[in-house]
Amino acid sequence: MADFVYLYWNRREDQARMANSTPEEKQKITQKWMVWMDGLKKSGNLKDFGAPLEFDGKTVEGAKKVVTDGPYAEAKDIVGGFSIITANSLNEAFELSKGCPILELNGIVEVRPIRPLQGLK
Amino acid sequence: MKEEIPELMDHLFRREAGKMVSYLTKIFGLNNLALAEDVVQDTLCRAMETWKFRGLPDNPSAWLMRVARNRAIDIIRREQRFRTFTPDLTYFVKLQESLLPDGEKLAFENEIKDDQLRMMFACCSPAISADVQVTLILKTLCGFGVEEIASALLVSADTIEKRLSRAKKVFQASGALEEVESIPELQSRLQAIYDSIYLLFNEGYNGSQSEMMVREDLCYEALRLALLLCDHPAGKSPKTYALVALMSFHAARLKGRMDAEGCLILLEAQDRSLWNKELIGRGFQYLDLSAQDGEISEYHIEAGIASIHCMAETYERTNWREILKLYDLLFKVKPTPIVALNRAIAVGQAFGPEKGLIALNAIEDLEKLKDYPFYPAALGEFYRLAGRGKEAGEYFGRALELARNSSEVKFLERKLKTRNERS
Repeated sequence: MADFVYLYWNRREDQARMANSTPEEKQKITQKWMVWMDGLKKSGNLKDFGAPLEFDGKTVEGAKKVVTDGPYAEAKDIVGGFSIITANSLNEAFELSKGCPILELNGIVEVRPIRPLQGLK
Repeated sequence: MKEEIPELMDHLFRREAGKMVSYLTKIFGLNNLALAEDVVQDTLCRAMETWKFRGLPDNPSAWLMRVARNRAIDIIRREQRFRTFTPDLTYFVKLQESLLPDGEKLAFENEIKDDQLRMMFACCSPAISADVQVTLILKTLCGFGVEEIASALLVSADTIEKRLSRAKKVFQASGALEEVESIPELQSRLQAIYDSIYLLFNEGYNGSQSEMMVREDLCYEALRLALLLCDHPAGKSPKTYALVALMSFHAARLKGRMDAEGCLILLEAQDRSLWNKELIGRGFQYLDLSAQDGEISEYHIEAGIASIHCMAETYERTNWREILKLYDLLFKVKPTPIVALNRAIAVGQAFGPEKGLIALNAIEDLEKLKDYPFYPAALGEFYRLAGRGKEAGEYFGRALELARNSSEVKFLERKLKTRNERS
């Protein structure tokens, strides 16, 4: 078994659209996510729910330590949260990610193996 | 460990949005309705982001209300210029105290009910026109979005936006949400609320569209608002009870009125076992309550008619003579061509198709029914029952030309095919 991180990305314009959607639409999305997360939990693949990330913040860049408000502005996508997954292989983790409701809304799941840090124990 | 799949209560977000908007509007003042709506949007986004990961909190409603309240306190603290807000500092203090929930939970729930009523009365201000009132109620109290309201009321999203901005202009000039009891024109506003609720219900019940889901919801929202009104001293009256009874009887039959293809099923062909017994029960319960002090409103009579339909075990056993009596009465208080049409149908059902045809032809103001497909459809039906297939075919054909949506088209096409059948 190995650990993977799911990074949930949204397009910025979708993010804004979502914020302005109706209560009913928000409920539908919430419902889908809850069912999906619950499924991962029941199958033993969810190591850590992870967390959502706020959409404000600050970005520091380069040796000059240039500070800008908000998430990294050059990107057209924005990370909205992450979870930690346990799976047999990258392939399994990737297959599982296909059920993520973010995909229905034009979003992205980035699946990255967490490199085991050996020799630290 | 719970094994069941986590599930949000149906329309929880929408319903809670209505509560939160009312509550926040009380804090911020009507002139800051837009701010209240923003806070609600924020709160729901926050719920979405949090619940996605952590699942449902124990009490989702309380969770939402707490987040909305905290957000309101933040805003008021930050905007030390209290002038833009309702300058109700005592209320603000109380707000902080009530952050300790549980003990005051029930009191708080009542307070929220009260807030929704105040909002209802505010939406029905005489400064706001009837179509805007309904739109506003759907937006602020029922938590519908602009597109959803547009599709429910069959107007463009643009029209809805315009109505809402007109209402906000009116509210710009107002301050706090009024105590319902201190509203001077309480009675006339109450009537405006009835009208809005009744309209809301009818939009859901009669207007048929592909968006059936939204439309049924309108019926249930109307019922919910009327029940809310029953809980308040200013709103609980025989007329309110009668309105609840009327809508309960009709809502009970919602499930039996459409077939799988979305085609309207007439009363005579409905599977009565599909009718909602609980709602019928509630209908009778409120009909009893409504009979308290002898006041008879149009809602009383309409509820009476609906109750007779609900009581009949089969269509054939419907007590049409009793229904006709009630239509006679209804026509006295509400002499509209539609009531006259329904009365004429009752005449035909009670005394035979020939009498029905005479009654249909005797309706005054027929001009007003000229675009209404169910007038020629009723003529067609009685000609059919009288064994006059040729005329029946002509009138069903005319009705078909007037059909307003696919459900009516399907229904009338079937009618046209049966024009020569005599039962």
